[in-house]
Order: sequence, then C-alpha cells, then structure tokens
Amino acid sequence: MVQLKLPKNSRITHGKTWPKPEGAKNVRKVQVYRWNPDDGKNPRVDTYFVDMDSCGPMVLDALIKIKNEIDPTLTFRRSCREGICGSCAMNIDGRNTLACTYGLDEIQGDIKIYPLPHMPVVKDLIPDLTHFYAQHASIRPWLETETNTPAKEWRQSIEDRKKLDGLYECIMCASCSTACPSYWWNGDRYLGPAALLHAYRWIVDSRDEATGERLDDLEDEFKLYRCHTIMNCAKTCPKGLNPAKAIASIKHMMVERAV
Amino acid sequence: MAYLTDRKRAHGLGASHSGTKAHWRMSLSSVALVLLVPLFVFTFGAILGSSYEEVVIYYQRPLPAVIALLTFLVGFWHFRAGAKIMIEDYSRGLSRKALLAGLTCLSYGLAAIGAFAVIRLAL
Repeated sequence: MVQLKLPKNSRITHGKTWPKPEGAKNVRKVQVYRWNPDDGKNPRVDTYFVDMDSCGPMVLDALIKIKNEIDPTLTFRRSCREGICGSCAMNIDGRNTLACTYGLDEIQGDIKIYPLPHMPVVKDLIPDLTHFYAQHASIRPWLETETNTPAKEWRQSIEDRKKLDGLYECIMCASCSTACPSYWWNGDRYLGPAALLHAYRWIVDSRDEATGERLDDLEDEFKLYRCHTIMNCAKTCPKGLNPAKAIASIKHMMVERAV
Repeated sequence: MAYLTDRKRAHGLGASHSGTKAHWRMSLSSVALVLLVPLFVFTFGAILGSSYEEVVIYYQRPLPAVIALLTFLVGFWHFRAGAKIMIEDYSRGLSRKALLAGLTCLSYGLAAIGAFAVIRLAL
C-alpha cells in the first residue's frame, strides 16, 4: 500500500533556534527545513530571526541573508532571482513557489520554508529532481519533423503560434508536479503536470510532425490518465500557467482520435 | 537497488496504449448518471413507504423499471471504474491485483442482484 507516514529516519525534529539579531526592531521568525546527508541525523527545522529593516522584499532575500549573516551551512538553489530559471522552487508557507518572486509581505505570521514535497532531498532545501528531468526528456521536448528542413525556416501562422502561449513559458521549476497528489503516489509512472504540459506544447505545435507518435507514447493509464483534475498544479504554478488544462486538452485529443 | 539510467526509469515499460476508452466511458457514464440518479430518486421516492403489492404494480410499469435497471447497471459500472482508479492510486503489486479482482466481483455482483430484483418485480 501507499506509504502515508514518513520513514523513521525522515521524520522532522526540532532544530536549533538561532539568536535574534542585536538591536533589530523589525524582526521576523523564519523556520527552515534542514537535513544533512553526512551527519546521519533526522531532518530538523531550524529557527532564524531576520532583521526585516536590512532585508530585501522576497523570501529568497531572507534566505540569502540567513546564509550570509547567520548560518553559512544553509543550502539552497538559486540563480536568476527573477523567476526565469526555476532553481529556487520550494515550499513556502505551505505553497510550492519560487522564493525569488514570493514576497515576504505575502506571508502572515512565521515564515516556514521546506523543500518541494515528496521528492528525495539532496540537502536542506535542495530536492533531487533527476527523475523529474528524465520524465521531461522522455516526452521528447524538441521539434520532430520528417519533411526536409526548409531553406529558411519552419513557417507558422500567427494563430498557430498563439496556441503555444501559456505553454512555452514553463520554466520546469517542478512546483506543479510536486504539488500533485497523483504525482506523489505514482510519480514513478505518472509523468506529472510539468512533463505533460511540455508534451502538449509539442503536440499542439503546428510545425511538429510527430503528433500521433507523441499521443501514442502518452496513451497509458498511468503516464497520462493518473491526472484526476485535482488542479493543485494550476493553483500553485508561480508562472500562472494551467497544466491541468493542457492535460485535459491531451485527453480530448486522445478521445477525438479514438471515438 | 538496480543500476538503471534515469531515462530507463522514466520510460519504464512504455505506454500500454490503453486508458482512452476507459476515460471516455467514465465520462459517458457520468453524464448518464446525471440524468438517471434524479429520475431514480424521483420514481423510487414516489413509491417509498407503500405496500409490497403497490410496489410490484408500480414497478411493472416500464418507466420506473427501466430507470431503476439502468441506474443499477450504469451506477455500479461507474462505481467499479471509479474505485478501480482509487485502488490503482493507492495500492501496489499483488494487493492491487487482488483488490481489483474483489472490486470487479463486488460491483458486477451488486449490479446483477439489483437487475435481478428489478426484473423480478417487473415481470
């Protein structure tokens, strides 16, 4: 049966509470999930106090401030700081989102930060996304054609190009897939919202000539039909995309060619 | 632990090329039940609390009998399809197969019992 309780060595314990910054008047409590594979201990939640008067407005600013000024061992991914790279996706205040675009003022009370749920953790806030990326690669996220490459370019009408809007913007941050209960329980076989959104991006591309093969590859009770339209993906997507709609469109195309 | 590449794990056994018909039938049975359930409640409610003889006479009329029969058949088929998805979601290996077999027996058995009861009343 599905595992509803974390294994003993994964259960979260109380961690260290770091001292408050001296002389600071505007302080917020930040609780951060910590786990180090090298010390053999259970994960813990450390508590930090951040001086908001000398901190940037985003959650990532608070994390960088903690790393720079309080605890240099805190580990997390970050790169662009503007919601393009998807590196800093994590669970903030109970929601999967990007730390760089999520404002501290959007959170009431204590700030609670965990890694993306239901993924193996590499260290602290860094999830292991190997399988997630392999699933993305498995849908062949590139243009496939049989016709000889034209001398100038593959042409596409404005209307057909518009069909890619709301799809190509996905930055593969994994917020959606790791918010999906179906992906939690069957992530080994279910492709998840992100990979399926990308699959649909290529299925609906007027220039791609492998539409049938792409649909064939997805026609599976688990790869595609584990989506139960829970809609967590659309709710959590930090880019405002709707993977559930893309999945519904794939199902619609499947029915169109079968019925 | 097996030394499999990430792509090998992601591909697994490949696509089974099934699921679309089940999805379509589930959608159809959902729409059918949207119509059938209110009709069943309406017809069944009308005779609720009546004597046995009155119920027999009522269910000898074609409309209530056909509505009841269709509700049982479509309802239990839909129940089987929905519960199958739930079992597939949460169970693994042999227990999954055993639960699916049990579910099939239960849902088709209940549908048969319902159909038999309605037919017996109607004929």
